[in-house]
Amino acid sequence: MNEEHPPEYGPKWSDRRVERMLGALVCAVVGLLLAMIVTVLVRAWPSFSHNGLAWFGPGGSVDDQLNAIFLSGQAGAEYIYTFHAWPLIWSTILITGGSILIALFSALFVAVFIVEFAPEWMSNILQPVVRFLASVPSVIYGLLGVLVLVPFIGNHLVTEEQKASVAGVISLSGYSLLAAITVLTVMIAPLMVSIFSDGLRSVKPGWLEGSLALGVNRWRTMWKIGVRTARPAIVAGTVLATARAIGEAVMLAMISGSVGFAPNPADGLIFIFEPSRPLAPTIVKNIDQLSSPPANATLFAIASVLLFSATLFSLTGWLARRSMRKYGSA
Amino acid sequence: MGSSVATPPAPTPASSPPPRKGKDAVEGSATWRPADRIGLAICWALGLLFCAIAVAIVAYLFVQGIKFLKPEMLVTPASAGFSQGESGGFSDALFGTLIVATMGIALALPTGVGIAVWLVEYGRPTALARVTESTIESIAGIPSIVLALFGTVIFSSTALGFLSRSSEGVVFGRSFFAASAMLSLVALPLIVASTREGLSSIPRHVREASYAVGKTKAATTRRILLPASRPQVATGAMLGLGRIIGDTAIIIVLLGATQNFAPVEGASFPLNYLRGAGTTLTNFVYEASPTGNLNQPEKAYAAAFVLLLMVLALNGAVDVVHRRARKVGTWSS
Repeated sequence: MNEEHPPEYGPKWSDRRVERMLGALVCAVVGLLLAMIVTVLVRAWPSFSHNGLAWFGPGGSVDDQLNAIFLSGQAGAEYIYTFHAWPLIWSTILITGGSILIALFSALFVAVFIVEFAPEWMSNILQPVVRFLASVPSVIYGLLGVLVLVPFIGNHLVTEEQKASVAGVISLSGYSLLAAITVLTVMIAPLMVSIFSDGLRSVKPGWLEGSLALGVNRWRTMWKIGVRTARPAIVAGTVLATARAIGEAVMLAMISGSVGFAPNPADGLIFIFEPSRPLAPTIVKNIDQLSSPPANATLFAIASVLLFSATLFSLTGWLARRSMRKYGSA
Repeated sequence: MGSSVATPPAPTPASSPPPRKGKDAVEGSATWRPADRIGLAICWALGLLFCAIAVAIVAYLFVQGIKFLKPEMLVTPASAGFSQGESGGFSDALFGTLIVATMGIALALPTGVGIAVWLVEYGRPTALARVTESTIESIAGIPSIVLALFGTVIFSSTALGFLSRSSEGVVFGRSFFAASAMLSLVALPLIVASTREGLSSIPRHVREASYAVGKTKAATTRRILLPASRPQVATGAMLGLGRIIGDTAIIIVLLGATQNFAPVEGASFPLNYLRGAGTTLTNFVYEASPTGNLNQPEKAYAAAFVLLLMVLALNGAVDVVHRRARKVGTWSS
């Protein structure tokens, strides 16, 4: 073939040309990301500039505000931009935080189990199971949530007294924080398990053996030496899972309840049965309002908050994973 | 929960290399405190819980899918009807998924492999390499709904109007082109990461041997390095494919609003469909669920079952590639 005669092979696929072509491709992708950040921020600017920091604060009903914003754009009169996103942000914090906490706890135990304590047949089952759970499309989780979990919560877990006690404010039909947190936990825990167990596997065996040789049992060795050494991986996994959870839109649009309501933990345990709506599902639910300029700006403002926080989290995770390499995977 | 399964069986790792024996010796002694045993019980309970959830999802969807899925659903498009029996099937959604998957991966695979090759084999200037790495990481973290919104901006611009339906200068911005282009960004980071892993696991001396017989760097990459890392490239492509098939937000924003193909008039055969709006299985499931516009849970189950079969097939394929790659063996340095 040609490559045995470099001069003939040269002109078309010369090293310099290939390097330039690939370099251009790389620059194009970097440029695309920059363009995306700039575009989203530019589109979002009217909403932020009209509201200032109050954008993030509480005040009034979010759903009414979104509606007014949309209608003002349709009417073509003075655009309304007033928007106070706190209920949406609070819902995002509650749902993401709740599921991250549960997922962190369970993923850590499962990762330790897979790496060290499970008998071989068990970890041979668990690993494909984790991979499968991570690859189920979010819409399937949403469908199962809406057809199985939500009716179950609405019919069996919420009592009639609880429904009556908040009857004037919201209806407790099962679309709730509890459903959202449960399903989101199942979605993000597998991601954490796979990153955690990679980290635990790369702990130098000598360190563990040293601890064992001192007479520390396997369980304590794993937690005191293994888990501590793999801390960067645990930070990375948690942070990457947070980024994924913040951006989850479709599943939460299906089961979180789609009401711009901020559940208040001070009300007692009932708050986990209350519906809400995080930031990302708000975009999905209002996507047909894009044609109205002020609504467009508001949705892009929400998107820019998501973009900023998700990018921040994933870059943090990346840095944490890089620092893990310093330990040198054995 | 699961107290019946919580008793840890005596750990007897049977066939293991010698150091394991030492561990068992330690294990046998009574160094395990009650707290440690409870911890191990939690491990077992959570591990079994994970398995139970996976089995429950698969079993439930199989039962519902087999109950509600009728073969004619796969070949009839959705249509307006009063009951779930009259409103057709989801053939358009099925084909939509196939189209989107093909086009998305056709865009993402060359781009991803190119970026990975540049990062591993060239990577100069170093600053650009670092920027690229963090770019890929950020793209992996960007919520797909944000990608979708960005897509509405670029594909509604007049310059790209030829990719979707446009009337009197107003560009509709929803088409298979638009959706596939944005979906390829979802798959890109997975392909880059996997290909990079493959390329950097090839030891340096392989490259040097190739240069020594007079091959250029480009030829080495094309003839030796890429073929050698084919399993990883394939894995990345399949993981990316799974993400493309499973993504819903981008489809809702950049393709959906209909349950049928909506070909553009005045374009030749493949282009009129690709420029038009359409639907995919994920979008169909979303719309057919009780929260969507159609509210046909039986059909949602059927479509979700088909989707799940695709995901399971992809998972199985990844496993096969892994196993085959392991059989061939890895590079010894």
